[in-house]
Amino acid sequence: MAITRDDVLHVAALARLELTEDEISRLEVQLNDILEAVGKVSELDLSDVPPTSHPLDVVNAFRPDESRPSLPLDDVFANAPQRDGDHFRVPPTGETAA
Amino acid sequence: MAEWEPVVGLEIHVQLKTRTKMFCRCANAYATEPNTQTCPVCLAFPGALPTPNETAIEWTLKLGLALGCEIAPRALFHRKHYPYPDLPKGYQISQYDEPLCVNGSFVVPGDDGDFEVGIVRAHLEEDAAKTIHVGGATGRIVGAAHSNIDFNRGGTPLVEIVTRPDIHSAEQARRFLQLLRQTIVELGISDAEMEKGQLRADANVSVREQGEAGYRTRTELKNMNSFSHIARGIDAEVRRQVATWEVGGEVVQQTLDYEVKSDTVTPRRRKEEADDYRYFPEPDLVPVEPAAEVIERLRADLPELPGTRIRVLAADVGFDHAVDLVTTGNEHKARLLVEHGLDWPTAANVAMNQLAAIDPLPENGPALVAIIEQRDAITREALTASFADSAVGPLDADAVLAHHVVADTSELEPLVDRVLADSPGQVAAFRGGKQGLLGYFVGQVMKETQGKADPKVVNELLRTKLG
Ligand SMILES: [Zn+2]
Repeated sequence: MAITRDDVLHVAALARLELTEDEISRLEVQLNDILEAVGKVSELDLSDVPPTSHPLDVVNAFRPDESRPSLPLDDVFANAPQRDGDHFRVPPTGETAA
Repeated sequence: MAEWEPVVGLEIHVQLKTRTKMFCRCANAYATEPNTQTCPVCLAFPGALPTPNETAIEWTLKLGLALGCEIAPRALFHRKHYPYPDLPKGYQISQYDEPLCVNGSFVVPGDDGDFEVGIVRAHLEEDAAKTIHVGGATGRIVGAAHSNIDFNRGGTPLVEIVTRPDIHSAEQARRFLQLLRQTIVELGISDAEMEKGQLRADANVSVREQGEAGYRTRTELKNMNSFSHIARGIDAEVRRQVATWEVGGEVVQQTLDYEVKSDTVTPRRRKEEADDYRYFPEPDLVPVEPAAEVIERLRADLPELPGTRIRVLAADVGFDHAVDLVTTGNEHKARLLVEHGLDWPTAANVAMNQLAAIDPLPENGPALVAIIEQRDAITREALTASFADSAVGPLDADAVLAHHVVADTSELEPLVDRVLADSPGQVAAFRGGKQGLLGYFVGQVMKETQGKADPKVVNELLRTKLG
């Protein structure tokens, strides 16, 4: 399965990235190289191997439901491009995730 | 004309009331000053790593068990990608094809028979932050000049429950949600108040002709924040779809908002690409494998569920009262009265009316029952006051019962005569047809007796004398 120019544009749109013509063709090549490298794995018979979701052989790493102090507001906003009072200011959005 | 059957599945989100957020130790207190409950993890500072809240996981399992679900031997968290600023990581940590709870069944009792709603899954995820749209000429989202984000809610634990399309009317949807909400409240995992957004429900709606196999195209209905809006929204969308099919049209798959004022649904505009979530396993979190002893402990700790209690109570007080008692939280008051000898119908009635806003102390049970049994023999004031007092301290039944109502005609008759003699104008008007004046005369007599007269006797006396 090769990455097409349309795939690159689609992924860029999802990531809200604006790409130049030069970047589009460069990324198309690079993404195909990456897929090809990962594709090596499919040369093996892995029908008995469960998919790996995590490299560590650990399960159930939890923490207790106990609170710790949150950040002071000056630290919260230290890297914010725009601050409006005690809110992060962002461009107008028509939709929210929830 | 064909008979149409609505086919509805629900997607419910429940905010858990854990002390801390899902993947960081900030307090789960989003109704505080903006952005004060935030840290590098829930603000997505580079390098910050999530650690799951054990209580949130246990509560999800507990809810799953109450919904008759199978608990997955192994569950995973996945990244679900959205491009909105209320998700600072650019993705929401959610669950995808290996959720914590699957294949449940929730039985909703009804006076016309129980109905069963299949539960596809119940999974755990993090909530998004709160977006405030600022400025703009109309104040509507499209006109906003900019948006402000408060991350206090961002990263708080959220359970998503998905039902099978087993619901076949707006009324069934309302009853299912009402019982689900009560179950959640009783499990102690959320206050599930819809007006506060602690419980949110979307509906997948389609229709088909009675007896038709398979499903037609469905739409997703959002933006409904009360049980009655959900019911009305489903009704409106069913009407629209039936009308569409009946004129030979085609229902298209889309997301709709229910508009309360106009009682109609309107399509939501969104970019096609927004639905490309690019799920993949969250590499920062290890799998969850719920231990058998944890599941057994949670199962053993499950309380008797409201659905079961409604079915038992219905035999004593009728189905509607049983539902009302259980889903309004007035049930324990009725039980207290019954425990001390009151009959069920009276206990249910008092619990849902006079005691609706009052939570009597358990020790006042015997006194309350003694007073309620004598309620016709004491004054209304004394009765009302005793209900209110029952919540604040020990109640003295003898003292309350001493406030006898005056029902003796020989005592009341002279009073009635005097009231009538004092109001010749009103008497003439009454005899001339102004029947509403009876209340005026009763009021005068009650005033004369400081409220002690038995209104029934006063009424009879007045009618005889005025007749
Ligand atoms: Zn945090």
